Amino acid sequence: MKVRINGVDEMISEATLTLQQLIADRGLSPKQVVVEVNLQIIPREQWPQITLQDSDSIEIVSFVGGG
Amino acid sequence: MREDSWEIGGVKINCRLFVGTGKFSGHALMREVLLAAKADVTTVALRRVESGARADNILDYVPSGCKVMINTSGARTADEAVRIARLAKAAGAGNWIKIEVIADNRYLLPDNLETLKATETLVKEGFVVFPYMSPDLAVARRLAECGAAAVMPLGAPIGSNRGLKTKELVAIMIREIKAPIIVDAGLGKPSDACECMEMGCAAVLVNTAIAVSRNPIDYARAFSQAVQAGRLAYLSGLAESVAEARASSPLTGFLRNED
Repeated sequence: MKVRINGVDEMISEATLTLQQLIADRGLSPKQVVVEVNLQIIPREQWPQITLQDSDSIEIVSFVGGG
Repeated sequence: MREDSWEIGGVKINCRLFVGTGKFSGHALMREVLLAAKADVTTVALRRVESGARADNILDYVPSGCKVMINTSGARTADEAVRIARLAKAAGAGNWIKIEVIADNRYLLPDNLETLKATETLVKEGFVVFPYMSPDLAVARRLAECGAAAVMPLGAPIGSNRGLKTKELVAIMIREIKAPIIVDAGLGKPSDACECMEMGCAAVLVNTAIAVSRNPIDYARAFSQAVQAGRLAYLSGLAESVAEARASSPLTGFLRNED
């Protein structure tokens, strides 16, 4: 299936991939990021239950320095 | 100095120098700067994360007791600013938001209309909202009326270090608007910050000038002292300026014979 992650289209080979796994696969620490799927913020507790669907748009963001 | 604290959304603010966290060479230096300035308020931004990005969180480097305001930089419309604010809140960064809506890439000047729309929405959602704006009395009045915690006119374009180029317009806003006025962006020297405070600004927000200094920690201290000096002068009432001299020594008892 094809999903869009942070604006980039990516092919996912797994039939089922949870948000929890996605974050781990990308080497990110769950506590440092916020995840939005199709413009909906997904609370961290729900990540293990949410499986990616074809054409989902996912944003993974965190805090950086700024004025 | 006499007690001169100020409260926003239940948070007591003693230091009227707000310090942004952008452009520092590392989180540890940024922390030292916030400590040196004794900053009570700082800003951070929200961005997409690269795979395998560094694991340490900038928020962990903010000294305890320093309130974090998330900016909506990167937003080009009110909707995008609102989205960033909600994401920041979901991430546990609290509900203080600096609204920054910019559609102009060259001067980074804010879009006041979109800023007003975003302010209206976010105030209704319970955010403590600090809109960054181009100094305009009518817009400032509307921002204050819809519940902005403060109004933040720019002094000069972001990162330009040009000083308070908008002085006359900011002075009008201070006279006419009840909400606190905080000059944000463009201040390059401690004397710029002092000038803002002497005029009656409630605070100033500085980032680039400090971050790019050869010695950011001392430069932050200098800014902090300038802000205190300006504030104290404002509270004391500025001395009157006149065109002709007024002798400060007595005009009698001169050691010379009058003809």
